Amino acid sequence: MQPFTVLESLGCALPAANVDTDQLIPARFMKEPRSVGYGQFLLYDVRHDEQGAPDPEFILHRAGANDAEVLVSRRNFGAGSSREAAVYALVDYGFRCVIAPSFGDIFASNSVNNGLLPAVVEEDDAERLLTALGDHPAEINVDLVEQRIRVAEVDVPFTVSPVWRTKLLNGWDDIDMTRQHEETITRFAKDYARKFSWASPQPPETNIISKG
Amino acid sequence: MSTPTTLFDKVWRAHEIHRSESGQSLLWIDRHFVHEGSFHGFNKLGERALPVARPDLTFGIADHYVPTLARDLDGVADPKVRSMIEQLSYNTQRHGVTLFGLDDPRQGIVHVLGPEQGLTQPGLVMVCGDSHTATHGAFGSIAFGIGASEVAHVLATQTLWQTKPKVMRITIDGQLAPGITAKDIALTWIARLGADGARGYAIEYAGEAIRALSMEARLTLCNLSIEGGGRCGMIAPDQTTFDYLRERPWSPKGEAFEQACAYWKTLYSDPSAGFDLEVTLHADEIAPTVTWGVSPEEALPIDQALPDPENISDPAKARQARDSMAYMGLSAGQKLTDIKIDRVFIGSCTNARIEDLRAAASVLAGQKSRVPGMVSPGSTLVKTQAEAEGLDRIFIDAGLEWRHSGCSMCVGMNGDLVASGERCASTTNRNFKGRQGPGARTHLMSPAMVAAAAVSGHLADIRTLSSQASATGVY
Ligand code: SF4
Repeated sequence: MQPFTVLESLGCALPAANVDTDQLIPARFMKEPRSVGYGQFLLYDVRHDEQGAPDPEFILHRAGANDAEVLVSRRNFGAGSSREAAVYALVDYGFRCVIAPSFGDIFASNSVNNGLLPAVVEEDDAERLLTALGDHPAEINVDLVEQRIRVAEVDVPFTVSPVWRTKLLNGWDDIDMTRQHEETITRFAKDYARKFSWASPQPPETNIISKG
Repeated sequence: MSTPTTLFDKVWRAHEIHRSESGQSLLWIDRHFVHEGSFHGFNKLGERALPVARPDLTFGIADHYVPTLARDLDGVADPKVRSMIEQLSYNTQRHGVTLFGLDDPRQGIVHVLGPEQGLTQPGLVMVCGDSHTATHGAFGSIAFGIGASEVAHVLATQTLWQTKPKVMRITIDGQLAPGITAKDIALTWIARLGADGARGYAIEYAGEAIRALSMEARLTLCNLSIEGGGRCGMIAPDQTTFDYLRERPWSPKGEAFEQACAYWKTLYSDPSAGFDLEVTLHADEIAPTVTWGVSPEEALPIDQALPDPENISDPAKARQARDSMAYMGLSAGQKLTDIKIDRVFIGSCTNARIEDLRAAASVLAGQKSRVPGMVSPGSTLVKTQAEAEGLDRIFIDAGLEWRHSGCSMCVGMNGDLVASGERCASTTNRNFKGRQGPGARTHLMSPAMVAAAAVSGHLADIRTLSSQASATGVY
């Protein structure tokens, strides 16, 4: 994964609370293979009317939005389902950072696994950033080394868990990290199976073999 | 003497393989459920040409995309939907993973099937690529939803990196009044603490009212933990749990069951164990509750009226309330019981177990629903049981559709949709914008309350509905 250090880009303001994963990508699009590019589904029902016509006023349809890599929103961003597709939609659209006062837990860890930084700011600071960005994509600087965000005169700190920061700074992948512990895992599994023998599921005597 | 420990910490510790310098724990995973959405995870595994590390601890379940009108793939018009179901069969068969597929009499929604089959047990760590995995915590396991990258990680290693959450306890003292259910407990605490009120926490539910809940009701309560932002929800196992598990198909048998039980009995929070946060409610404070907005925190007792954003001092909250009312087509100060509905849905991993169907049927018995609607049992075994009890007849006679089991109208991706602008009284877990279909308006409530809404044509208070419903005493 591409390491994340300092991002100098355009930011979009999405001034809404509880932007849940069902809004980020409606479930009906999730049967598509990733190769089609999930960016087209991002916030689909929010930015299109019932006939599928795009709302020209919506921030993602403003000039410059295609180049934006940062999204600023309100509290509880990414609440709801565990669908990683919500992160794919953001990442495939081109976003590398979302800034909000709080995030859904699963969404935040999914983000980090895809190189997307979930930056947590104070509620007041989120409002200042939203105001500074206004209703058009505007310049923004996100510095993961210093943990600061700048838009024009506004300069605010953000937090991210130290573990996630390290992963993002280095562009690390979990599976690589874990396989270094293979021996420890094998030893643990053996001990565990002895200690909690009943926890290994035994198929019932009259098991059914499902073909699907 | 060892230090007093919470239930959560006891289970966590037994699964910690390694702790990194930065404080992340590598956890052992006892059960991994994969549904149709797991194709992203399997594809990631394929990219690295890795096998499934522990097929014996992995279980495939077809639920999210399955048709509820018929039990075969021929009825699935959308080739992409069909392919989702087929990919699950292919991926599980290829890797030697047990499948509960469309052809299986045990098929059902993962969070109904796991407990029913005895795969869910106390003291385990369980994961699934679905946020309502929290449901399984009702047995005293740590169970939580994961994303596709994590699914791939668990498939490849049977482990997962996690940062230990803080632990909160929600205690419900006293006894619930008749007609008050686990759904009402959940909506009440979420309305009080907010949809992110438990963010960063594992939740333990405790207290007299919780102990008195059946296994089914405990599952409903833990299921909704995620709607309050919780990482997971747990209830200490007790006799109710053990009795439920004895003789389940995948439960330990004979001597092994006794050994397991002896261990399970040690799984409770020590009396002086410290919690990072304690919240206490009295059962008297809990009324039949419904949501009126587009977040589960926007919930109120049924006898109340919608708030007036003008009177909300916090500008962010006022803005949210205005926005929610606009989407829901409701106005400030409107009485909840005046809200007319267009359809009902009884189903989902939250409220489609046998008790839920009985509760709804007891209200609908001999009555007609004033609106169309659908009942989709939580599993095929629940369906069979309900039919044996004649509940299907009650629903059909009331004018509702009796469907097969699946996620159905909870998520609207298998063809079961609420039309745009339509208002649905639903036993599901999410009233998000567009959750049940683009433009759909969802009101969440308990099964008996959905049934009450069906016979009334508008949201209704189960307590004042009909004496004949309460006379049966089922709900
Ligand atoms: S019923 Fe709904 S919430 Fe439950 S597993 Fe299915 S889609 Fe998820």
